[in-house]
Amino acid sequence: MKTITNNLVKTLLVSILLTTSVFAAEKHVATLRGEVNIDTQVKPAAIPKVVNEDIKQTRNYPMQPPVIPHKTRNYEVNLNSNKCMSCHSRTRTEESQAPMVSVTHFMDRDGNFLAEISPRRYFCNQCHATQADTKPLVDNDFIDMHTLMKSKESAKKH
Amino acid sequence: MTINRREFIKANAVAAAATVAGVSVPAKATNLITSSDVTKLKWDKAPCRFCGTGCSVNVGVMDGKVVATHGDIKSPVNKGLNCIKGYFLSKIMYGKDRLTTPLLRMKNGKFDKEGDFTPVSWDAAFDIMAEKTKKTLKEKGPEGIGMFGSGQWTVFEGYAASKLMKAGFRTNNIDPNARHCMASAVGGFMRTFGIDEPMGCYDDIEATDAMVLWGSNMAEMHPILWTRITDRRLSAPHVKVAVLSTFTHRSSDLADNSMIFTPQTDLAILNFIAHYIIKTNRVNKDFVNKHTNFRLGNTDIGYGLRPEHPLEKKAKNNKKAGGSAPIDFDQYAKFVSTYTAEYTSKISGVPVENLNALAELYADPKIKVCSFWTMGFNQHTRGVWANNLVYNIHLLTGKISTPGNSPFSLTGQPSACGTAREVGTFSHRLPADMVVKNKKHRDLSEKLWKIPNGTIPPKPGYHAVLQNRKLKDGELNFYWSMCNNNMQAAANINEEAYPGYRNPKNFIVVSDPYPTVTAQAADLILPTAMWVEKEGVYGNAERRTQAWYQMVEAPQGAKSDLWQLVEFSKRFSIEEVWPQELLDKNPSYKGKSMYEVLFENGQVDKFSINQVPTDRLNDEARHFGFYIQKGLFEEYASFGRGKAHDLADYDRYHETRGLRWPVVDGKETLWRFKEGSDPYVEEGKDFQFYGKKDGRAIIFALPYEPAAESPDAEYDMWLSTGRVLEHWHSGSMTQRVPELYKAVPDALVYMHPDDAKERGMRRGDLVKIVSRRGEVQTRVETRGRNKPPIGLVFMPWFDASRLVNKVTLDATDPLSKETDYKKCAVKVVKV
Repeated sequence: MKTITNNLVKTLLVSILLTTSVFAAEKHVATLRGEVNIDTQVKPAAIPKVVNEDIKQTRNYPMQPPVIPHKTRNYEVNLNSNKCMSCHSRTRTEESQAPMVSVTHFMDRDGNFLAEISPRRYFCNQCHATQADTKPLVDNDFIDMHTLMKSKESAKKH
Repeated sequence: MTINRREFIKANAVAAAATVAGVSVPAKATNLITSSDVTKLKWDKAPCRFCGTGCSVNVGVMDGKVVATHGDIKSPVNKGLNCIKGYFLSKIMYGKDRLTTPLLRMKNGKFDKEGDFTPVSWDAAFDIMAEKTKKTLKEKGPEGIGMFGSGQWTVFEGYAASKLMKAGFRTNNIDPNARHCMASAVGGFMRTFGIDEPMGCYDDIEATDAMVLWGSNMAEMHPILWTRITDRRLSAPHVKVAVLSTFTHRSSDLADNSMIFTPQTDLAILNFIAHYIIKTNRVNKDFVNKHTNFRLGNTDIGYGLRPEHPLEKKAKNNKKAGGSAPIDFDQYAKFVSTYTAEYTSKISGVPVENLNALAELYADPKIKVCSFWTMGFNQHTRGVWANNLVYNIHLLTGKISTPGNSPFSLTGQPSACGTAREVGTFSHRLPADMVVKNKKHRDLSEKLWKIPNGTIPPKPGYHAVLQNRKLKDGELNFYWSMCNNNMQAAANINEEAYPGYRNPKNFIVVSDPYPTVTAQAADLILPTAMWVEKEGVYGNAERRTQAWYQMVEAPQGAKSDLWQLVEFSKRFSIEEVWPQELLDKNPSYKGKSMYEVLFENGQVDKFSINQVPTDRLNDEARHFGFYIQKGLFEEYASFGRGKAHDLADYDRYHETRGLRWPVVDGKETLWRFKEGSDPYVEEGKDFQFYGKKDGRAIIFALPYEPAAESPDAEYDMWLSTGRVLEHWHSGSMTQRVPELYKAVPDALVYMHPDDAKERGMRRGDLVKIVSRRGEVQTRVETRGRNKPPIGLVFMPWFDASRLVNKVTLDATDPLSKETDYKKCAVKVVKV
């Protein structure tokens, strides 16, 4: 909880700083580059580590493909094998305690359920990605529908 | 969150126990909202904002915010699937740094090229733009004005921009960023078939026996098409996949035949296949005799560099690069006979058995084959040739225009086809494949636009690369960049784009939702509405036109490109932009504003505001007082109807998941040029390539020629640039989505472990990539998703803080003027 509060304070601080800087005159506007001229090179940061905590992240909305909470280096997914399925396939989840792939993954193009994962979902990395242990360059103001619903519910009560 | 699974279960067990004991838990702990008036989402369809695949997306809106997106189950393109970028579309509009006010560089309350960005009103922004435009018109004439647009513009935005520039300001200096991506494909289509865009469609994938990727990493760049290819390959085990590339990548994971070739030698491999087909006597003679002609193209055509460059001085035919002469089949057979398997293997590095296996897919009459290509072919100093050469092998075997037989050029942008190509926002084009240098085409356009004869200038304007050169040379003085990020995307920004934008003679306007690298180089930045904050139409790679409604409001202060373009036209009287003699031809226009002449012409303003559904947002229509999108669309559609570019009525696109043109009698066309599936083919012709007068496509004899710059003793490696799956183009949207940013935060240089070792480098080391033009610093990756061969490095260009285009070479295909981003010579050194 403490970490969450700290993060919240940080986020608020960053947003206040950003808001003020938009209205003040400034030389630089390209926030993904930081405050440097185009002809200047900032020293590239080290390659960040991949988050490997196995802790699930809240999805932004129910249909969002979950991000991968562990390393996948040297996982082979090719014509011969699919390493991800050695834990996430229906028959392996009891042993692995990994989440089973969504039932949608068994559907073919016409919406029929197949006995095994649909080949169109074969390459897991087209939707699922690991996360680097790094902070976003720019915050995102996306609002979770749950937050909107909560505020409507509480508005109804008052 | 630090709570672990066990603690979580414990905490919840308290609630569970309370329920069992009959104790009610506090209302606060009720964890499900069920009331339907609160949980309801408003769902609507829109094409994806990213690549040219054209997936349809369901967009969920609650309280004026996009809160969810997922693949549209009703769309034939993606059938409910999205790639990781598509699934995160919900967040692209909500980056914290959305621009909400125009920003002008000012010092002491006045515009100053060296000033700081200062908020100004839209009125003040248009004031200074109009002032600078009028000054330029007075000093340089229309040629001093230019615009750089986009394959991400909606159809009506591109159309309005083209009309504003070509009819209003009377300059052809408008070009889209699609020049960097599709121009060679257009050149290939026009040269071989005389009409643009693929004959086949995505349905070919489910009908084919073999798929060949030529310089296309579809697994990352067209992920949803890749799901269709994967589905076909794995569910029909006889199907084969061949992948050709200059480095191993994710598409290679599905390959039965993966081939890594030396850059530029794809030209030799293509000719080898033609030779193989002839040598093994598998030419479809009946098809070739009835439906093709043979021509020998000019060679030694230069590299599209500045005229004073030694390579241009040396080139014999750079002034007549498009020239060709008729030959017969025997002469063609002799021409390609140079490209034996042994010779081709020697120069390409691909083993003979792989080459033969590849050629057999094309030669065997029992195998239906699709070829797919993107930037490997198009971003190539012989890009039009590469396109011509792949058509050769489909034409020699007659494997074309029928289900499963399909040479297929893929697009990189959501409306590269719809807006850039079909609308004709290029410096040499007009709508429906017409060109400015053809008088008949100009006459027809002027008639449809109701403007005086002679308004459209006949000379092609400055194309993308030339625009940056002309900016640098101080000849292009008012420049408006819209819906693109060319300071990050253009090659050789160090020597051309950057000095060009910062040249004190020039005034640069950049319209964008976000402060991009290009915006940083501008003098004036205009905050822009994006995607479902406006109504739109996009056209995808299979000729599918798709529409969407505005679903949410843009942030206060941000305006769509369409609003900006049309509103700006109000700042000019027609006398200020047209000479007296034009006005004398149509005196009724005297005293009118440019806006009235172009947009209140009885056509664009034809459809009443009442036709906008009342429950729909439409900021532009309500601002201008008429259904402007429909008016622009219908006026534009009048160019192509009856000319094999037929579009349906505007309203129909809101009802369907898109239609593939030509749409004749309400029916879309899946395979063009084939009797029975294309209504434009005359009865009894079987096949008819009606883009050419005699109905015959052309098989071109064109050789292998070397790249503009190859590695040497000092610059000892090839550099290829490109994209990654998680980021789209320059990353201006996807880098602002935290999950996508964290998936691939930085652009690394991918290198063979032996190359790294030889240079004393390890994974993660800080290095600089140096070319004759500039340098960029990044970190080394030796075990990532891309695995270059020895002697080649790959670096993606999405990273705003590691600009690889400081290094690249602005050599272009002399025919298409498209830059080769895949080949230049660099050295990599430790910092």
